[in-house]
Amino acid sequence: MDWHHETSGWSGLQFFGKMSASISHEIKNALATINETAGLLEDLTFLAEKGKPLDSERLKTLSGRIMKQVRRADEIVKNMNRFAHSIDDSVKSVELGEVLKLMAALSERFASMRGITLEMNPPSSPVAITTDPFFLNHLLWRCVDFAMNAAGQGKTVGLLTEETENGPRIRFTRLEGLAEAPAGTFPAQGEKDLLDALKAELRVDAEAGELVLALSRDISP
Amino acid sequence: MPEKVLLVDDEEDFLEALAERMQARGMEVSTTTSARDALKMTEQESYDAIVLDLMMPEMDGLEVLKTIKNRNPELQIILLTGHATVEKGIEAMKLGAMDFIEKPADLKDLMEKIKKAQAQKLILVEKQTTDKIKKIIQSKAW
Repeated sequence: MDWHHETSGWSGLQFFGKMSASISHEIKNALATINETAGLLEDLTFLAEKGKPLDSERLKTLSGRIMKQVRRADEIVKNMNRFAHSIDDSVKSVELGEVLKLMAALSERFASMRGITLEMNPPSSPVAITTDPFFLNHLLWRCVDFAMNAAGQGKTVGLLTEETENGPRIRFTRLEGLAEAPAGTFPAQGEKDLLDALKAELRVDAEAGELVLALSRDISP
Repeated sequence: MPEKVLLVDDEEDFLEALAERMQARGMEVSTTTSARDALKMTEQESYDAIVLDLMMPEMDGLEVLKTIKNRNPELQIILLTGHATVEKGIEAMKLGAMDFIEKPADLKDLMEKIKKAQAQKLILVEKQTTDKIKKIIQSKAW
């Protein structure tokens, strides 16, 4: 284990815990809806046994609702699984758009709590990099969290992956409140450690209302 | 008298199903997916119990709880959440919540808590009325 893993261990664990708690909350919400809808079907069946006719359209709506929640829970568990596997390898080839999409999905609840919309703009063609997947997820979350605070009145954060002549990068756009953010507070030491480990650079462009994260194509030693 | 309940949760399908099941069991149920609307509704109407989701957009459930309890201490609030932690539960009880239930909830359990809330509210309202009458009697030189 290298120094990056040592220094980022505790905050990484905190990040992992935060995401896991949010995921479990989402699963419980889906389960609660399934529970009540199934209970309602049971109530309707009970009433039918007592002589009240069953409305087939109603049954279709309710079973459709259960299926929708099962699909929702399945998607949450799939994302949870992808996230959990991000710690399997300390260096691995990943597709940047996919990693950003996963982080946007994991951040969805935090965004909705703050009334923020995360607007995902996938790359026109896949952008593959060799990096530390967990550190990248952690850094992206810290950027998304900061960006949500800086979203301002617009309440929308654009997430954009692109390939430039200087390498791959991710832009966090539409940060109208960035100019009001206290100067020098971001990136803090935690982000700097992650940037260092990922051989990445972060630029805060208050004028354009953007955070620009320039990533290395390969961090293998 | 049917129990008058306000359900507050941002999960619309959950809210609709739970409300219908409670109505089928003889309760008078109002619903809202917005914490701010819930605050307005408690200003305009009186409820025997408020079943409140702890994590909602716009406002934290604990914040809503605090505001309602400051304004109407007799209102009985049951927090319902998918994010139950011991700390949050203790905090909620300290802020005056009557109870704390984890999702997915058992309807029978929830109904019992609502009936308990209605009884508790009646006691509190009766006490408030008695205190008010006492105060009037003491302030008058008969």
